[in-house]
Amino acid sequence: MSSEQERFVTDTSQVGSDTRDARIGASGTDNRFNSKLREAFGSSPFILTKFDRFMEWVRGSSMFMLQFGIACCSIEMMHTYAVKHDLDRFGAGVPRASPRQADVIIVPGTIVSKFAPRMKRVYDQMPEPKFVVGMGSCTISGGPFQEGYNVVKGAEEVIPVDIHVPGCPPRPEALIYGVAKLQERIANGESSPVTVKPYELEQFSDLDQDEVVDKLADEIDEDDLVMRYNWADSP
Amino acid sequence: MSLEESTPDTVDTGVTTAEEIEALLGDLVLDRDDHLNAPGFVVRPDQVQDTLFRLRDEAGFDHLSCVTAQEYEDRYESIYHLKKYDDPTDEVSVVVPTPTDNPVSESAEPVYRTAEWHEREAYDLVGIDYDDHPDLRRILLPETWQGHPLSRDYDQDRPQVVPLREHANPLQEDHEGDEDDTMFLNIGPHHPATHGVLHLKTVLDGEQVVDVESDIGYLHRCEEQICQQGTYRYQIMPYPDRWDYISAGLLNEWAYARVAEDLADIEVPEYAQVIRTMGAELCRIAAHMLAVGTFALDVYGDFTAIFMYAVRDREKVQNILEELTGQRLMFNYFRLGGVVWDLPEPREDFFEMIRDFLDDLPEALEEYHDMISANEILQVRTVDTGVLPPEVAKSYGATGPVARGSGVDYDLRRDDPYGYYDELDWNVAVEDGCDNYSRLLVRLREVEESAKIIEQCVDLLEDWPEDERTIQSNVPRTIRPDDDTEIYRAVEGAKGELGIYVRADGTEKPARFKIRSPCFSNLQTLPEMSNGEYIPDLIASLGSLDIVLGEVDR
Ligand code: SF4
Repeated sequence: MSSEQERFVTDTSQVGSDTRDARIGASGTDNRFNSKLREAFGSSPFILTKFDRFMEWVRGSSMFMLQFGIACCSIEMMHTYAVKHDLDRFGAGVPRASPRQADVIIVPGTIVSKFAPRMKRVYDQMPEPKFVVGMGSCTISGGPFQEGYNVVKGAEEVIPVDIHVPGCPPRPEALIYGVAKLQERIANGESSPVTVKPYELEQFSDLDQDEVVDKLADEIDEDDLVMRYNWADSP
Repeated sequence: MSLEESTPDTVDTGVTTAEEIEALLGDLVLDRDDHLNAPGFVVRPDQVQDTLFRLRDEAGFDHLSCVTAQEYEDRYESIYHLKKYDDPTDEVSVVVPTPTDNPVSESAEPVYRTAEWHEREAYDLVGIDYDDHPDLRRILLPETWQGHPLSRDYDQDRPQVVPLREHANPLQEDHEGDEDDTMFLNIGPHHPATHGVLHLKTVLDGEQVVDVESDIGYLHRCEEQICQQGTYRYQIMPYPDRWDYISAGLLNEWAYARVAEDLADIEVPEYAQVIRTMGAELCRIAAHMLAVGTFALDVYGDFTAIFMYAVRDREKVQNILEELTGQRLMFNYFRLGGVVWDLPEPREDFFEMIRDFLDDLPEALEEYHDMISANEILQVRTVDTGVLPPEVAKSYGATGPVARGSGVDYDLRRDDPYGYYDELDWNVAVEDGCDNYSRLLVRLREVEESAKIIEQCVDLLEDWPEDERTIQSNVPRTIRPDDDTEIYRAVEGAKGELGIYVRADGTEKPARFKIRSPCFSNLQTLPEMSNGEYIPDLIASLGSLDIVLGEVDR
């Protein structure tokens, strides 16, 4: 081993290149690691941190978003991803088409009765840990459509939401702020509050018997997954 | 705004007068029920097809614009709003009442293919049954929904159960012999190529599409109900922004403004009309930019430069619109009788901003042509794919760039003029290739035409005398149109004919507010364009239709 290495001994002073000069600097000392970051940590060459903390920092600094459009807000979301606003600058802008590859789902729009079960399914398909940004007033309360017969009164009725970005639609800047807040929160290891989700996917046979269920008994199989909306209890 | 069409006795060449129609229909007519926009004829529920066939074949009403269904205290009613592609001001309404206890009416599907979806919607939301309909089931609401939400006795608080079925077991029906080797593919509702929450149930044979069925309703936000709860004066105007939300807000607002102004007989000052025209065309550019960008995205398959270029140009338009209206997307800028405020001060800066944008536009379009329309890859993918012959387009009620890409020369801005369009110099872009490529070209050419219109508007506005800048006419605080007046009015939205039917009942809220969405009709043509074609062509066809789900589902 050692004899092999010796064959490659080179006189470093003989080999010069711009790159090397730039790296080593004119003084010849390699200050590659004497970065600003290093200064901030003090003179020790070691960074002491908990692995958890490190992972949280990493997680917050590299988030994959789910490419998920619902309604009007998704237009502003597209603008947030694209030129000018470019969410990617903050380490959070790679839209993934598959939920299996995504960490964050931005819910950009009105959720209606037919879509809520699908959204829940998409959310379930994302790997842990996963985070949710609710974009627009529709995901907070149903927004301008709150009184609609078919509109779920906010994303939180179906999936837990970490950050709410109000607006109709929120400006791209607002969404960026929301995402940055989420990153900050993840980096600090804060967990989101536990929320009550009134609407769950459950098996049809598990529903409480009542008039509606009786009526639908021959239309829906016992083991079909269903979501039951109790509109009267909605806010 | 004139009510010319309400006096249809003005004989014009090619125009069918109410008397002629009455004579033509003979004893099919039970009664007259005229609307502000058109003469209305009441017919029996079992003679719908006879009536419509006669009107289509002998009087030339080849465009079933919209089907409105509603429930009165004592009856249900379906209204078929007919027009002519050659002259959309020539309109007639066929009114079909059905009794409350037995709301069965004959389907219009054999006459106009587009009636299939319109009647399904009527069945879904109002609860009228259509005899002879090929496939009468719910379209917007989940199949297990209880009750019909726009009927009179609907209880909004009753619980509903919605199933999540992964596959509707479609293979079984298709596998008739052992040789058949078809595959079922779900596209959507969460899928990057469906432009929102559209669900396509596709059956493939190898790589070819055997059958495709659109499953819509994933964004049915009850727009009609919400508009029926709002007052005419202020509460309805914010909602049109959210139908076609691809920056087409002002175009949609105009649809409502036009119908309400005609209904309540409100004048709009000329100055406001010019501002409206300018704003609307800016919106059209933004909307078409996104259509082109996402179409390229669909065809090339990734977030490539074209999409970014399109967004870059949209940002410019959005900045101008933000200056004008105060919002980037949901403008809420029109008011009945005008617009909410004047152009921003200093006006010179604002005009300069627009002029800068217009000056850069030819170069930008050149780029698009280089990268998209002149690109061989794109041409291979789009020329002669997704073919939609004009006759088929008409029978599905297709409008907008989809119809114009099939050689149907139909543009309401010219054919049924409103605003300031008839004073300006511009052309209607028509291509007769009938394929995906033509639809793309129409959009790109329309951007040029819109730019022409904007330029002329800016010229006009710059020289407008300062003391004549009236932005709103005098409009009463509450608007109560007369009881039982009905009107259907349409404008040329970004996607085609965006129409609204309103029935007033003497209160300050509409009794029925029905939206005719161009995307809803255009999307219906998808199976015609893609059955038998390859699956990538299906995606390209869908992209070229440029649907927006907020408008399809409303
Ligand atoms: S919050 Fe407003 S802009 Fe966003 S989806 Fe809802 S209605 Fe549309």
